[in-house]
Order: sequence, then C-alpha cells, then structure tokens
Amino acid sequence: MVSYLLRRLLIAIPSLLGISLILFTVLAMAPGDPFQEMATNPNVPPEVREALRASFGLNDPIMVRYVRWLSAMAQGDWGFSFASRINVDDLILQRVPVTLFIVGSSQILALAIALPVGIYAATRPYSIFDQIANTLAFVGFSLPTFFTGLLLILVFSVQLDWFPFVYRSDIAATGWRWVWEMFRQSIMPITVLGLFQAASYTRYVRSAVLDVIRLDYVTTARAKGLGEKRVTLRHITRNALIPVVTLVALQMPAVFGGAIVTEQIFRIPGIGSLLIDAILANDTPVIMAVTFVFACLVVIFNLIADLLYGWLDPRISYG
Amino acid sequence: MAGSTLASPTADPVIGAAPMPTQVSPGRETWRRFRRHRLAMASTVVLGLLVLGVLVGPWVWRVPINEIDFSAQLQGPSWAHPFGTDDLGQDILARMMYGGRISLAVGLAAMFVATFVGIIVGALAGMARRYFDAFLMWVTDLFLSLPQLPLLLLVIYFFREQLKAVFGVEGGVFVLIVIVIGGLKWMPVARLVRAQFLSLREKEFVEAAKAQGAGKLRQMTVHILPNAIGPVIVAATIEVSSAIIAESTLSFLGLGFPPDIPTWGRLLFDAKDNLEAAPHWALFPGAAIFLTVLAINFIGDGLRDALDPRRVI
Repeated sequence: MVSYLLRRLLIAIPSLLGISLILFTVLAMAPGDPFQEMATNPNVPPEVREALRASFGLNDPIMVRYVRWLSAMAQGDWGFSFASRINVDDLILQRVPVTLFIVGSSQILALAIALPVGIYAATRPYSIFDQIANTLAFVGFSLPTFFTGLLLILVFSVQLDWFPFVYRSDIAATGWRWVWEMFRQSIMPITVLGLFQAASYTRYVRSAVLDVIRLDYVTTARAKGLGEKRVTLRHITRNALIPVVTLVALQMPAVFGGAIVTEQIFRIPGIGSLLIDAILANDTPVIMAVTFVFACLVVIFNLIADLLYGWLDPRISYG
Repeated sequence: MAGSTLASPTADPVIGAAPMPTQVSPGRETWRRFRRHRLAMASTVVLGLLVLGVLVGPWVWRVPINEIDFSAQLQGPSWAHPFGTDDLGQDILARMMYGGRISLAVGLAAMFVATFVGIIVGALAGMARRYFDAFLMWVTDLFLSLPQLPLLLLVIYFFREQLKAVFGVEGGVFVLIVIVIGGLKWMPVARLVRAQFLSLREKEFVEAAKAQGAGKLRQMTVHILPNAIGPVIVAATIEVSSAIIAESTLSFLGLGFPPDIPTWGRLLFDAKDNLEAAPHWALFPGAAIFLTVLAINFIGDGLRDALDPRRVI
C-alpha cells in the first residue's frame, strides 16, 4: 500500500511538471509585465527599467527562469504579491480553506443527490421516475452555473430575502449564531455547484448501475435469497461505483472551474476570486501560484480516486 | 453514455415478421431513428428557431444595438422593447440577436477546432504502436488535468491585445477564443477516436485493404475513419454546447469579448449588478444560453441513439 502510494506519487510528478511548464510558458510569453507602467513614466529612464528587469532575471531565457522558479517553489518560496504586498503562500493559505469548504460540501451534496436518484432510476429503467430523472439531469447540466447563481439570488435574496448574496468571511458572531450565519450564506453557492454536478453524476451512476445490474453475480445473489435492498446496496452499488469514481475524478477541473464562477457571483474570498483579481492586476507570481495550486488539487483528487478504487475493488492489488 | 447501450431493449426474434424493406441508405436510416427521439426532435425545432432568430432577426427587428436612450432606462418588456432595455436604454432584444450570432459561431467554430485536433491526435495514437501512442495519451491525460478555466482566462486576458492588432477588435478576440477553447476541449474526441481505431484496425476489412496495398494514410482516412465517425459526431455535438458555455463563462467573468460586443454571457455580466431593478435583463440572455445548450445536448442524445447500431429502435 505504501509502496503503491509512493509509486503513484512518482507518476504524478511528471504530470505536475508538465502542467507547470505549460502554465509558466504561457505566462512568460504574455506581453504584460509588472514593470509596464514604468515605461510610460517619464521619471524612470529606460536604463533603470532595463537594470530592474535584469536584476529580477526577466531577460533570461524561459527555461532558465522556469528552473529558477521551480527550485524556489520546491524550497517553499512562492514569491511576493505585487498587488497585495504580502507573500504569495500566506495569501493562498488564507484563501484555500474557503474554496475547499465550498467545493467539498457541494461534492457531498452532489453525491447525496446523484447516488440515490441514479441507483433508483437504474433499477427501474425507462419507468416514469427514470424518464423524469433523466430529463431533469439534462436540464441540470445545461443550466450554466452563472445563470443558476443569478436565478437563486433573484429568487432567494431579492424576492424572498431569505439568504444574503454576499459571502462574508468576518461574521461578527460566535457559537451557534456563527454556524447559523455561515450556513445561511454558504447554502446558495453550495447549491449552485452541487446541483450542477449532481446532474452529470446522476447520469454516470445510472449508466454504471445499468452496466452491472444484469450480470450473473447479481442473479446469484438473488438466488441465494438475499433481500432486494442488500443486493442493490452491497452487490450492485459497490461495483457500479468503480467507474463512477474515475468519472468524478475526471470532473475535478470542471468543478474547480465552477468554483471560480460561483466565487465570483457570491463574492466568496476563495482562490478563484483571488485568481481573477490577480489576472486583472497583472500580478504574475500570484497567477502562477494559484493556477499551480488548482493543478495540484486536481492531481490530489485523482490520487484519492485511485485509492478509493482499491477500497471498492479488492481485485486491484497494490503490489 | 456507455450504459445506455447495454440497457437498450434487445431485438426479440419476431417469428414470421414481415421481410425487411428494401435497402435504405444509412443517412435515411439514421434520420428515421433520430425522429423516434421526441425530445431530440423538439430540440431540433427549438434550436432551428433560435438560429433563425439570430440570423434573420436583425433584418426584421431593425433597432440598432447601441442606440442609447436615457428616457428608457431599465424598462421591463413592452411593445417598443419586447425584452426590455438595459441601464443605457439599449434594446436587449437587438443586442441578444447580435450576441447570439457570436455565441453560436464561437460554439460551432470551437467545435470544429476541437474535433479536428481530437481526430488527428486520436488517429495517430490509435495507429502508432507503443511509445508514440503512450506519449500521445500522456499528453491527453495531462491536458485533461489542466486547470482549464484559469488557463482560458489567462491566455485570453494576456493575448487579446496582440491579436486585436492583427485581426481587428472583434475578429482578434473571436479567433483567440475559438482557438483556446478548441485547444482545451479536444481530449474526449481524441480518446474516443483512439479507442475506435484500436478496435477497427484489427478488423478484416482493414486487413483486406492492407493486402491490396493501401498505405497507412489510406487505411486511416478511407477505411477506418468513416467507420469511427458515429461516436465522433455525437461527441462533436456535445462539444458545441460545452464551447458555448465556456465562452459565456469567460464573458460572464468579464474576460471574454469586449463590452461593446454583447454576447449572451456579456449581457449577463452587465446585468448582474442590476438584478433588483431589472431582472429581465439577466433572465432573457440566461434563458437563451440555457435553451441553446439544452437543445444541443438533447440533439446529441438523439444522435447517440440514432447512430448506435447495437440499439434497436
């Protein structure tokens, strides 16, 4: 198990290197640079600007700068944010928990909807319930997150005034009051992301369950006299979940993309909104770090999916 | 979806059934099967109306998209402005028809880019043996785990100025968005094509073509690709809707098309700060995106049923 984990991590490293190289090249080729405004400032002679560029190593070839960035990153030096005037790693550490909270809760919500609905629909294929669930799933993943977000704000904040539509990280309350306020302000973002993911997961679960439901071992389980509930939950679901885990892991980039949108709509101070601010401010170190964190999160979730695989399917050995 | 084939009703051997009608062409057979999917047929009509609306609409509804009228700010739907007006008194219907052209064009063009790249990568990986195949699949998996939306935002924000200089304001952003969205959405098609190639290249008809002296290129383009095209068409259809969503997301975040080009996502971006005063401003463009995407997804589903030879309809 440990050796498997180590090997899996070793496989993840080239991917992360490749991703970071792509990101770095895109950023390095971008025309904007932090010293741009000096070019229009008549008080700064061009020689000074050039000297500054050279002292930050901005004139070196891309590969040299990439290796320098990589070694600094590996040593925990993530750079300094030009716009916020603090270290990038502090900035990101402030923002990551909120994003993980929203994304994690929405995934739990999505699976809590998708698993029962998908399994129930697949055990009764082409029934009324199945058709309604299927149509709703189509509606669900055709509704872009930014539109559902606006719709929810329109109904629940503007019309009904139930929930606030601006997320605040500094709630002036303690104890249960704080929990209640947190719940009230995070319910809409979580619902937006959760419902969107639930729609596609429902279809994955349904088709995965349909794939195994006609296999012989299910008939055997029934022939042994096991109850329908036990057959469905223990024998069908567990095997059907194996492909679902892969598909959920593949959805991770889309999930974090959705998180950027929801954070922007509800003004949640997560890394998604940090990224947008950094792009608009041309804050290169922050952009690089945030996109890299996104890539790492995706790789980590893929790793978790692989480990879940082994738990769901004992035939896979980690030898 | 993989499961839908297994669960489909299988062909019961009907005893004494009428003899098969005379041969019909594959195209007509597909059309016959497609018509059975009622939601897909309804979606075709809806999508057709939407496309007709944005193409012909501006000739019928001749209100300019940038006519500012401060006496008609943030008005709800009326006869003078069927979809209401925005904060500058501009007609939302006219702006939506103009923006719809761009949104739909981006979707189609990005689909072509993605499908083209996907077919090439997938075909090369499917025909190559060992190392090149493994390398291409590694690249595909790498692209699948790239943080797509952040990368899209980055590239478009940083490079639009340069392309604007080359292709003009509208053209530059259009080319950039199409290439970037297409360049980040080819992976599903590539995997699909590779899987098809892997199974098809071992089939007897390819062997026969090889025996008759067909080179690798001819085998790929003339013999294998036409047989692999069904699932690719389905994937390409879904690609259109995902490209439309991607473009709308970019515009919604304020990093897509410039403000004077009112794509549907851009309209939502402008509308979101006036939700209380003018809900119609957000509802109409949002509904347009939703309807288009839903219709395309249903059409894709109908095509999947129609093009799957194992499914009996």
